Amino acid sequence: MKTNSSAAYRIKKDFPIFKNNKNLIYLDSASTSQRPKIVIDAVTYFQEHENANVNRGIYTLSEKATDNFNKARETIAKFINASPGEIIITKNTTESINLLAYTIKSLIKKGKNEIVLTEMEHHSNLVPWQEFARKNKLKLKFIEVKDDFTLDYHQAKKIIGHKTALVALTHASNVLGTVNDIKKIISYAKKHSALTVIDAAQSITHLPINVKKIDCDFLAFSSHKIFGPTGVGILYGKYSLLKKLTPFQYGGGMIKKVTKTHATWTNPPEKFEAGTINAAEVIGLAKAIEWLKKANNNEIKLYQKNLLNYTLNELKKIKGVKLFHPSRGPAIGVISFTIDGIHPHDVASVIDNYGIALRAGHHCAMPLMEKLKTPGTIRISLSLYNTKEDINKLIIAINKTKEVFKIK
Amino acid sequence: MNESLIYKERILELYKDPLNFGSLKNKTNAADEENTLCGDKIKMELKVEKGIIKDIKFSGVGCAISIASASLLTEKVKGKNVAKVKKINDKYIAKMMNINLSTSRIKCATLPLFVLKKAIDSRLK
Repeated sequence: MKTNSSAAYRIKKDFPIFKNNKNLIYLDSASTSQRPKIVIDAVTYFQEHENANVNRGIYTLSEKATDNFNKARETIAKFINASPGEIIITKNTTESINLLAYTIKSLIKKGKNEIVLTEMEHHSNLVPWQEFARKNKLKLKFIEVKDDFTLDYHQAKKIIGHKTALVALTHASNVLGTVNDIKKIISYAKKHSALTVIDAAQSITHLPINVKKIDCDFLAFSSHKIFGPTGVGILYGKYSLLKKLTPFQYGGGMIKKVTKTHATWTNPPEKFEAGTINAAEVIGLAKAIEWLKKANNNEIKLYQKNLLNYTLNELKKIKGVKLFHPSRGPAIGVISFTIDGIHPHDVASVIDNYGIALRAGHHCAMPLMEKLKTPGTIRISLSLYNTKEDINKLIIAINKTKEVFKIK
Repeated sequence: MNESLIYKERILELYKDPLNFGSLKNKTNAADEENTLCGDKIKMELKVEKGIIKDIKFSGVGCAISIASASLLTEKVKGKNVAKVKKINDKYIAKMMNINLSTSRIKCATLPLFVLKKAIDSRLK
């Protein structure tokens, strides 16, 4: 491998979990990322020095908390080139998408009774739309995944039409690593005035996201996948659309005036933020974004690219390994594979004995597993703290697994 | 390395060459279930006469633990009374497997038992 691992080792030092688990080789960042100390400290600092409810008090401490919270929202907005008023705080990507499913009916024009998704969606960008379609008598259509693990854009163009109310798709697959040409799909949707929802849960960490360039209507991601704390998710929406949406949850924080029988709503984003928010964790997310901007320099970006190629090449050398990852086109460091004759769950169990953490199963994408004709896969996901040495150990473990199961 | 502790020879043999695998011609009861967490799918077909399991076969796709468990379980319940079989619990399965099962793998081992009990309650018309 051309680049050396020193940059990745420097980054690894920022993560306390590796100090505390010396043998841990963490290859499951697509499930959740690890937390740099600076993020853990930011959450603790808030709770030890600045904790007060946000937007509620007039006293100094509350104003400080509110200020820092607002600054955090600005940081998050800037990261995806949105304005702070377009950033809604939820608890995770799943809640962000559910929020839309609960409120988007108000935006759907008459005569539009179809929703277009893809075969590679995570359950969180599939099931909410199934229920939405069921409740509102809409039809679901799916953009197909081709044998090369990319979307069938020809077929997509055919099924997105004047009846399409909404197109929801993932930016990068959490199973295959495929990066979808969301700009292309969004252009098809725009031709027919369909709304667009982008699931950026995986891509937010690995690809630059500029919502103005992408020009999607809505975009969702989670804090815990981008080195931030759990409990925080983001929903971006074009301000003009957020103004039209009905609220999601009702209560304190999202109202303007309340009488015994009636209430009026405040403006976005607070209109969708009922109750007390995880202020400390939102500040933690902003810290994670700041950390990532600094850490993810060109050296590391190149290393990550090389590491992905190295991983793919090493896996291809093993007899019986079947890869589920595009051989061409843009992809993130997420690779699914199977080993002939051994169930994915068994592979993961043996590999676990080597201190290697990876995922086996359907990865919350059962329809995709059906399309791929496998009950499950083993998944490796690479992040900034992974090294060539991690992969070398993985390859040894895979070969050992074959030995245990007496597979040649 | 204790990677083979969970995969003792016995388990691997039963995975490669399961006992009672296939379908039953004169079945009177059948049921299937999936462990959606990892993709194990087990189906059980029984021939029950006068409360006794006269014959039993299992089929499906699964990890070594679930297949081995299904092999051992189907072998154990042949000729047994359904009322007694219904009393079999997870502890029994753990003992039967005789290996170190982590919390995530216990579900694999107990899936065949779950399907068996479901099959006992599902008499075909």
